[in-house]
Amino acid sequence: MTTSERAAKPTHPTTDLGTLLVVDDEHAVRHSLSNWFRKDGYPVETAENATEALRWLQKQRFDVVLLDIKMPGMDGMELLEHVRKIDEGIAVIMITAFASVETAVESLKLGAFDYVTKPIDPDELSHLVRRAMETRRLAEENVQLRETIDGMVGADTIVGESPAIRSVLELIQHVADTDATVLIRGESGTGKELIARAIHANSRRRYFPIVPVNCGALPETLLESELFGHERGAFTGAQYRRKGKIEMADGGSLFLDEVGAISPKMQVDLLRVLETKEVTRIGGSHPLKVDFRVICATNEDLEKAVEEGRFREDFYYRLNVFTIEAPPLRARKSDVPLLANHFLRRLSRQMDKHITEIRPDAMELLVAYDWPGNVRELANAIERAVVVGKPPAIRPEDLPVRPSRPSPVGSEESLADVEKRHVAAVLEHTGWNITRAAEILQVDRVTVYNKIKKYDLRREEAVALHTAEAPR
Amino acid sequence: MTAPGPLRLVPIYCGERSGLIDPLACELTETFRVEVEVRPPAFDPEVAFDSSRGQYNSRILLGQLLKQSRGGRVLGVTNVDLFIPVLTYVFGEAQLDGPAAVVSSHRLDDRLYGLPENRHLLFERLIKEAIHELGHTYGLIHCPDGRCVMASSTYVEEIDLKSERFCDRCLEKVREAAEPPARTAARL
Repeated sequence: MTTSERAAKPTHPTTDLGTLLVVDDEHAVRHSLSNWFRKDGYPVETAENATEALRWLQKQRFDVVLLDIKMPGMDGMELLEHVRKIDEGIAVIMITAFASVETAVESLKLGAFDYVTKPIDPDELSHLVRRAMETRRLAEENVQLRETIDGMVGADTIVGESPAIRSVLELIQHVADTDATVLIRGESGTGKELIARAIHANSRRRYFPIVPVNCGALPETLLESELFGHERGAFTGAQYRRKGKIEMADGGSLFLDEVGAISPKMQVDLLRVLETKEVTRIGGSHPLKVDFRVICATNEDLEKAVEEGRFREDFYYRLNVFTIEAPPLRARKSDVPLLANHFLRRLSRQMDKHITEIRPDAMELLVAYDWPGNVRELANAIERAVVVGKPPAIRPEDLPVRPSRPSPVGSEESLADVEKRHVAAVLEHTGWNITRAAEILQVDRVTVYNKIKKYDLRREEAVALHTAEAPR
Repeated sequence: MTAPGPLRLVPIYCGERSGLIDPLACELTETFRVEVEVRPPAFDPEVAFDSSRGQYNSRILLGQLLKQSRGGRVLGVTNVDLFIPVLTYVFGEAQLDGPAAVVSSHRLDDRLYGLPENRHLLFERLIKEAIHELGHTYGLIHCPDGRCVMASSTYVEEIDLKSERFCDRCLEKVREAAEPPARTAARL
């Protein structure tokens, strides 16, 4: 190392500047550059040839390398390749005495940050190094953010060890890195969106967004605008141009939830977009190229919908490329303790309640229950238990579930009695949340209200019915 | 750290700007509270001339000035255009925490930029650059405070943006470096 060129420690007000390595066979150049940048506060080291430079690079971290192209032995271009192998993020500024377009192009192709010709304007050099340092800092920030994203993805991962969920995880791994369209099927609350997010998170598209669209939640005209976007003045009230969800998914994934609810007309429009990967905003005339992957989910029987003419066959085949079945929780009961503890940890942390375990008798109750609302219902049950429970453990009475057992043979109950009791139990379980009750009962909200009216259910009565009449 | 002693001011090829040397010496005395002696160069400045560039190598000049420092600091002041290898020009150069510095008024002259001569502005710029380069000899590096005389200036308009004074932090460093005793006064 050319330690003789190392100056006395400078006195400076800032210490978070990047580090520089100057590689040049001319002593005068090394000295000038190191002296120049030390006055800017950069820690600078120098090397007079490639061997010394590589030794420095293996010894410590540098942010910017100023590299002379013409050097005896290994020249700057060759050294550039080695430097990039050691640390891809280093910003290398190539310096040469002779301007040559070919060399400039070649060095940039090899990953150099920039290329300057001696003598260099001092202002240009200072700006260039500042820019290189900033680029390096941003690149590192980007890596940190990616790691954070990866960490976040990992934190909300799919929980389970049952054969059913292992098979799903294998399928996710298998399909994630392809661009194949994935259709996720399963009952409500089985975690279809979580599977979609896991596919996206494990794909090369993970640094771009996954854009979810709940196709069942919007009327046709709104869904069209939501998906395709619109130009200003495309329809009454469209005062500004709006990007559609498809456009927003550029580079990433489009998650179409409740895909079975899409109208036949929209199916035609979407089919065209999926095939051409081009989208035209409503009221627009120019198609925009969009690069996205489609993941969709449904709890409907699409084959039946095709038979009944509600779902286009061509659209069905376009979506049904790779299917993943999200198993119902009753088919993976061995995962219930894992899931319950997972939700408990998360929720007690979120609510800052020090409930750390689930008592064995409470866990037995959880495992015995059939979970018609699947994992979502389990999560809600744990949430309620954390709210009403007391540290250190969840007790059976904290849980809004009772063991589900078949009605005794020969029961004298009518169908209406059974229905009344079941509706009351679900309402009590959901805390009279009509939307959630409708989801669990797999009927619409209006039906839930009708049942409440029909059986004259009231909140306290439902509790009484549930606790007193439920078969034990 | 350089031992305290008089600051030697060495005019090198000052030509028409020779009249600026004495006022500059007064300014430096006031800023650094040191005795300033004006001495002719004890070397042939032509040794620093690079005929291929038509400029003077500031590094060679520094080497020569160093021999004239005699235990104190030495500042060469010139009207010729200075360069360091790699760069097209420099306004001046100094040894970081060393005794020698050199400054040029060549590129501080508005006439070089197609503007009318402004002797007042030229002198202001020269003072700033002389204090700046001497600041480096006290171990100071470029200051992020844009008003501090130690702020980096790579083009002439940037010199006009900063003041002739050290910021509090840089002044403190100068005081610490000017031991013993701390005799530097602030240009406050």
